[in-house]
Amino acid sequence: MDKNMKILIVDDFSTMRRIVKNLLRDLGFTNTHEADDGLTAIPLLETGNFDFLVTDWNMPGMTGFDLLKTCRADPKLKDLPILMVTAEAKREQIVAAAQAGVNGYIVKPFTAAVLKEKIEKIFERIEQQ
Amino acid sequence: MALKSPGGQQTTEFEQILKESTSELMEKVENGNLSDAVNLIQRINDERNRNLYLEVGRLTRALHDAITNFHIDVGAGNPVSEEMSQMANATDRLNYVIKMTQDAANQTMDKVDESAPVAEHLREQATSLRQDWARLVRREMKPDEFRDLYRKIDDFLKETEDQAGTLSSNFNDILLAQGYQDLTGQVLIKVITLVQEIEENLVNLVCMAGQVDQITGIQHDTSDRVAEEAHAPEGPIVNAEQRKDVVSGQDEVDDLLSSLGF
Repeated sequence: MDKNMKILIVDDFSTMRRIVKNLLRDLGFTNTHEADDGLTAIPLLETGNFDFLVTDWNMPGMTGFDLLKTCRADPKLKDLPILMVTAEAKREQIVAAAQAGVNGYIVKPFTAAVLKEKIEKIFERIEQQ
Repeated sequence: MALKSPGGQQTTEFEQILKESTSELMEKVENGNLSDAVNLIQRINDERNRNLYLEVGRLTRALHDAITNFHIDVGAGNPVSEEMSQMANATDRLNYVIKMTQDAANQTMDKVDESAPVAEHLREQATSLRQDWARLVRREMKPDEFRDLYRKIDDFLKETEDQAGTLSSNFNDILLAQGYQDLTGQVLIKVITLVQEIEENLVNLVCMAGQVDQITGIQHDTSDRVAEEAHAPEGPIVNAEQRKDVVSGQDEVDDLLSSLGF
């Protein structure tokens, strides 16, 4: 897990993007970028060589769930590690996201410790493969 | 929601006529009195039409009242209306709530961003000073270093005084930034009241639609109603205790996923 990895944070609320950005910075990840919707995230992901995607679910243009499916269907992005950080808490949704290929799922409100643990777990699993 | 109306009586009257006519009709048919029977059918039909006409009139008036109650400004010719519709008002109010909460969150985070380095700096200085002090206690200090220590301690105490003052002030600003809650609360209460009014009016309309169905005998085909996707986003769940399909925290998420092999 490279502390300099390029991370895209996607959420339609700027306050949440700021919180995630700050938490990642506290964990040593400073190479962060932001998008405010699934739609605006796609072109950034296509050309930006991102190493990690952190996204909300509920967004007006394209939801995080659709963004996840779009990435997994794209040959360039199908292996991109994706972490969902969201208020969506229905079991059906959590299962659907896992089946669609999300690497981690965090429900809001969350703590810095949870974020750290999930990121480490995601990259541990990737290194094991 | 019960609708008080003279039309209610009208329907019952029609029902009454229907009941009486039906038995009369049966009698005439059994007696072979076909021309009278046909005339009676005509009379029943005329009665139905009259009733329909009256009911439609009544419902049209009621519908008009209901729409007026929505306070929607549907005037085609007034682009600049002093009295904004209440719905537009509600939208503005909710956007205001979003803006206020966003500003408060950002102000608070700004103060936190300012305070964290201050606290960190104090910690670093204290750590460094403690090391010097330890050396002093172990009598490892040279005289000129000892004189230096005087100054360092004095500097540290002065800085602590200043920085603690800064932190206090920042904490106070954070406290004040939470003042948005009372303002947004007031605004939200107003919107809740409006939503309840609208809900009442809508229920009214649904009642009336039901009456139209009843009078005209219309049946609706509900087979093409689109079923809601089970994983449609709902936003934050506000009544989690009453929901069975929702997880209660990160631990439950983790358990759910590992139980499925993820």
